[in-house]
Amino acid sequence: MPADLNLRLGLPGSDQTDVDAAKSNKRASPEKAEDTASNGVPAAKSADDHETAPAPKAQIVGWPPVKSYRKSTAAAVKKAEAESGMYVKVSMDGAPYLRKIDIKLYNGYSHLLTALEDMFKLSIGEYSEREGYKGSEYAPAYEDKDGDLMLVGDVPWEMFMSSCKRLRIMRGADARGLGCAQ
Amino acid sequence: MCMFQSVMNYFPEEVLDHVFDFLTSHRDRNAVSLVCKSWYSVERFSREKVFIGNCYAVNPERLIDRFPRLRSLSLKGKPHFADFNLVPHDWGGRVYPWIEAMAKSRINLEELRLKRMVVSDESLELLAKSFPNFKSLVLVSCEGFTTDGLAAIASNCKFLRELDLQENEVDDRKGHWLSCFPESCTSLVSLNFACLKGEVNVAALERLVARCRNLRSLRLNHTVPLEVLQKILVQAPQLNDLGTGSFTHDPNSETYVKLKNAMKNCHSIRSLSGFLDVNGRCLPAVYPICTSLTALNLSYAPGLFSNELAKLIYHCKKIERLWILDTIGDKGLGVVANTCKELQELRVFPSDLYGVGNAAVTEEGLVAISAGCPKLNSILYFCQQMTNAALITVAKNCPNFIRFRLCTLNPVVPDAATNQPLDEGFGAIVQSCKGLTRLSVSGQLTDQVFLYIGMYAEQLEMLSIAFAGDSDKGMLYVLNGCKKLKKLEIRDSPFGNMALLSDMGKYETMRSLWMSSCQVTLGACKTLAEKMPRLNVEIISENEGGAGEGEARLDDRDRVEKMYLYRTLVGPRTDAPDFVWTL
Repeated sequence: MPADLNLRLGLPGSDQTDVDAAKSNKRASPEKAEDTASNGVPAAKSADDHETAPAPKAQIVGWPPVKSYRKSTAAAVKKAEAESGMYVKVSMDGAPYLRKIDIKLYNGYSHLLTALEDMFKLSIGEYSEREGYKGSEYAPAYEDKDGDLMLVGDVPWEMFMSSCKRLRIMRGADARGLGCAQ
Repeated sequence: MCMFQSVMNYFPEEVLDHVFDFLTSHRDRNAVSLVCKSWYSVERFSREKVFIGNCYAVNPERLIDRFPRLRSLSLKGKPHFADFNLVPHDWGGRVYPWIEAMAKSRINLEELRLKRMVVSDESLELLAKSFPNFKSLVLVSCEGFTTDGLAAIASNCKFLRELDLQENEVDDRKGHWLSCFPESCTSLVSLNFACLKGEVNVAALERLVARCRNLRSLRLNHTVPLEVLQKILVQAPQLNDLGTGSFTHDPNSETYVKLKNAMKNCHSIRSLSGFLDVNGRCLPAVYPICTSLTALNLSYAPGLFSNELAKLIYHCKKIERLWILDTIGDKGLGVVANTCKELQELRVFPSDLYGVGNAAVTEEGLVAISAGCPKLNSILYFCQQMTNAALITVAKNCPNFIRFRLCTLNPVVPDAATNQPLDEGFGAIVQSCKGLTRLSVSGQLTDQVFLYIGMYAEQLEMLSIAFAGDSDKGMLYVLNGCKKLKKLEIRDSPFGNMALLSDMGKYETMRSLWMSSCQVTLGACKTLAEKMPRLNVEIISENEGGAGEGEARLDDRDRVEKMYLYRTLVGPRTDAPDFVWTL
């Protein structure tokens, strides 16, 4: 590929592309403001550039080519969800009263579990797909949209956030089925 | 009035007129008008429907002059890439001059269909007041108007049958436009306001539905709650096409039960969309309708999981058109493949536009669909990854594609299995699908893919290229090979002056060419503009800084950021903003 070709496929963080991109980011429409003004797509055009292949999504102007109407509708939905907060009740087996937390505040499972450990003064342990929360007396479970009791950690965080209706910290014998130590 | 001049002129004009009545397609009528002068003349006085694919190719005066009996006009404005924010806001495409001219000439306008145009409230008001027989307004991907303009339409168009707003950006003034339909209005057949953001007067809506006994198509916006939908369905069980508004409620409530019953009574619904806000637990209410559905659009339904979607689709055995989000996953597409044997068109849209999660589909889903759905002829597929092997299989399974649009979320991603470019895969598609008229390519692509396209895509009319190719050869293969090419849009690809100027006459056979972030220079564009006076070659600047600034900055050797050229009968347009420079 000729060296002087400038397709604005530079590595993220390279000054040149940021400058070019900043210049090219003309009249920002509302949804575009959310796209980063960087055309920093790695130059994955040659077959042996494997390491650089996965490009950040939605950082190129107009890619993926989705109608701005569709983008702004999706953004509006996301915004509405974000503003409402996601308070769910948390119960712990044996505890006299429940607590409530806003799961929107956490950026992932470990963050959430740490917070729960802290709130209830217990230790939950590490998650593994095969064995659940092995080595712990407690298993964090949640009730999903369908009313089923599920083990925390199986699904991607985003999916968990939108399907979790209630949290339940299970203990001892009850927790056995969810992969815990007896 | 018989003219015994030649065999061609044997028939009296009245007979020709009557014969031409049977010609409904624009292409047929266009062809007929080229046969001879007398056929041209008869045709132009009898034509009632006109389609103009580029509003700047002609002007209102010429339109009215040639077709005085015009009743239905379709216009398209901005170039396609405007949908993706590549065209600055005030580029053009205003409809006002057209409405003004038709009003002045007392055209008996009954239908207006606009796509990607700027429609002001002023235009809507003029439209509403100038054409007493106006019946149908369809606006697709337009902008520039508010609900005040809609109020003008509702108030004044006494015989309005159709008000169809698709994916427009509308400013909501909360002026109760819907209440402006007078009590005497009973003619509505189709009402679609799904894209409006604000509340409507639901009592007025219910009354409107109740008195329009011919209503066949109704699409609500997200502010209309499920309780109201239920009441509407009781009033209008004759609907063919329904777009729900919000679809969330307590599934244990009486309202929900009433809704289920109302839906059971709607035996005519063939097309379903909406679910603009939805609780998956409410979906079973629509299962009775699913069995007769031919079209289903769930692409605006947020937050439905793959298994919820699959459960719904399981009931849709007659579906011909399905629009869905990629949250359906490859597995869900497998359910579609097993269930929807009548499927003709599939669109899978990306749900995750900000790169946060990992809900997406891959080549597996596409292969499954191609294997399970023998009637598939049109696809738009946004995917995480693709392979040549998959595309080759798809090409074998589905030789009937008319439209094939693939968008990899990473625009230059290579074959996920072999790390090779996706040239062979797309090559197989164009070779197998002899009727292909529209193609969008993506992923890592070299000049080779364009060699294949030029060689095999004989019917291709529209081609979209992004981040592809190695050299001018790529573009040349396409320009030389695709004889029926009408629209070519290219972004971020290394095609330059040599390709642009190799066959300048070609562009007069096409509607338009868009090139952005390519290698063409100002000098080459100037040459092209000079040699081809019947093309408008527009240079669109980055900053709305004024043509003077743009001109001063650019040297003939500089690359041009955005160029849009199109054939035209009427020379450079007079409404171009500062940042558009017509060479």
